Amino acid sequence: MTSKKTGMPARKSASKARSSRAAARTKVPQEYVLKLYVAGVDRKSTDAIRVITGLCDEYLQGRYKLAIVDIYQQPMLARGEQIIAAPTLIRKLPLPLKRLVGNMADLDKVMVGLDLRPML
Amino acid sequence: MPRAQSPRVKLQGIRKCPTGIRGLDEITEGGLPRGRATLVCGGAGCGKTLLAMEFIARGILDLGEPGVFVSFEEPIGDLTANVMSLGIDLRDLSRRGLLAMDEVQIERSEIQATGEYDLEGLFVRLGGAIDEVKAKRVVLDTIDSLFDGLPNEAILRAELRRMFRWLKAKGVTTIVTAEQGERSLTRHGLEEYVSDCVIQLDHRVRNQIATRRLRVIKYRGSKHRTNEYPTMINNKGLSVLPISSLGLSYPVSKARISTGIRRLDAMLGGRGYYRGSSILVSGSAGTGKTSFAAAFADSVCRGGQKCLYLSFEESPEQLLRNMASIGFDLKRWTTRGLLQFRSQRVTMYGLENHLANLHLWVEEFSPSTVVMDPVTSLVGEGLSDEVEAMLTRTIDYLKGRGITAFFTTLPKGGVQHEGSEVSISSLIDTWLHLRTFESGGERTRGLVVIKSRGMAHSNQVREFLLTDTGVKLRDPYVGSGQVLMGSAREVQEAEDQDRAREAKQAFERRQHDLEGERQKLEAQIKAMRLELKNLTEEIKAASGTERLRTTRRSQERRQLQISRKAD
Repeated sequence: MTSKKTGMPARKSASKARSSRAAARTKVPQEYVLKLYVAGVDRKSTDAIRVITGLCDEYLQGRYKLAIVDIYQQPMLARGEQIIAAPTLIRKLPLPLKRLVGNMADLDKVMVGLDLRPML
Repeated sequence: MPRAQSPRVKLQGIRKCPTGIRGLDEITEGGLPRGRATLVCGGAGCGKTLLAMEFIARGILDLGEPGVFVSFEEPIGDLTANVMSLGIDLRDLSRRGLLAMDEVQIERSEIQATGEYDLEGLFVRLGGAIDEVKAKRVVLDTIDSLFDGLPNEAILRAELRRMFRWLKAKGVTTIVTAEQGERSLTRHGLEEYVSDCVIQLDHRVRNQIATRRLRVIKYRGSKHRTNEYPTMINNKGLSVLPISSLGLSYPVSKARISTGIRRLDAMLGGRGYYRGSSILVSGSAGTGKTSFAAAFADSVCRGGQKCLYLSFEESPEQLLRNMASIGFDLKRWTTRGLLQFRSQRVTMYGLENHLANLHLWVEEFSPSTVVMDPVTSLVGEGLSDEVEAMLTRTIDYLKGRGITAFFTTLPKGGVQHEGSEVSISSLIDTWLHLRTFESGGERTRGLVVIKSRGMAHSNQVREFLLTDTGVKLRDPYVGSGQVLMGSAREVQEAEDQDRAREAKQAFERRQHDLEGERQKLEAQIKAMRLELKNLTEEIKAASGTERLRTTRRSQERRQLQISRKAD
């Protein structure tokens, strides 16, 4: 439930956020708005949730909003967000928008998709 | 044993789901397989989306079956606007809860594959839409986009297979559209999954004229027609034109319609053409085919019947003017609504459009007679097969409705021969051939009835004139074993008269001579008779004297004897 609330306002301010923070991108750590759409509690869903929450905790501590949506529970959101495949992680911020499709098993690709670099 | 047989008895063949698209249900013998998926494939712009959309819209409007349309390519707004021109208001249908539309957008550049996935997102959306309107029909248009957008084809294929199974389980009748592949039916081999029924659409261009075709490639569990059928898209949507929808079992009429030319009626057993028959008037340029057509149209309208006149060469105004000049006032019929002209250039559409237009007009106007002048304009180079097929269908269609069909044809290259350019002659009931005769420095028009089924007809070659008061047939000239026309005929007739007069005079003269002879002879006979009479009398007189003399001599001898006292 909380996830839904955090998701919507973040989307509205997306364009504003881009212009105001573009300059500061190099210094200030980027803020992340993520939405993970899963279908029920099957293996792929749980895998994806585990990987994403793990990455967020590790790399984006304090600067991310993650919403997890079960499309079975909220089918209208699947339509509105153009979800076809599950699981799908939508990276709403930072722009550009990205959709990560799959159970997030390919960690390298997930890292690239989220613009994360391993900490040195 | 009987138990093993029972399931077989229960099978009743597959149930059909009518599409509501003109002609398609006839070809598929009732519609698409109900509760299964049908693949509609074809290249760009061949009408896949329209077919699918009509399936949904007709289902809702005509058959009371709600539908779901999932568009992978076109935005819903565009689709709505597109079909609005066909008189289908999708927004209204959605408002009434009979139609659910979903637009699936896939942006390849946004997507990053990270492992295994499934299509639950699509399933959820589709399922939601189906439940929302209690849909019986589903369209997925065009599913190829999924292949362009989603990674890992193996997963996608497995998921699609699962989706079709799922749709089948839901009991909805589905149309899936797909792009044509280069060597296969579809670019991504979808026929592998959707294999119950496959329909191929085609849009080809020959001689710069585009023709649409439709073919049912496969239909599991049902018989269907396998030919390619011309298809057209007009303001009423898509229609498929099955060639032999009627066969040869149409009712026939014994009623007759005048040809509009009095003496031509006489040539055709005295009463003209049969109602509902097909009439062909062939002849090279300028032989008066259109005049015959106009005469017939005039006659039909005079009888209070409606006539549809399709002209491929002249505009209605031009026709009206030209026909007025030979005494056919067709304008009064057009104003009374009995006569309708439709002029269109042949090159304007493909053949199937012409045919479909004909269907449309016939349905709108319901005429008793259709005139097509001339059908040979439809023949492009090397297309005569198609024209023949088209005319066969036209005649079939018109005959099936009891409509009299009147065609004119023009032999190619102006060659005068009795074969008609389009070999539809065997379909024709009454065939008149017009030709010109050139002799003595002039051209005259002649007419012959080549055939006329079911009536005694004249075998004479007749000359006819286009006069101020219509088409006039002249008496046949039947002298000296040849046909003469025009002034040659006049000359011949004058000559004949002279000759007759001369012969008469000669006869009279001879009679006179003979009479003289006879009289002479008679006079001779008279004279000879007189002579004979004289002779006879002379003979008589002579014999009298002789007897007298003999008697006298015997008397004298007796007296002598007496005097000599002899004994």
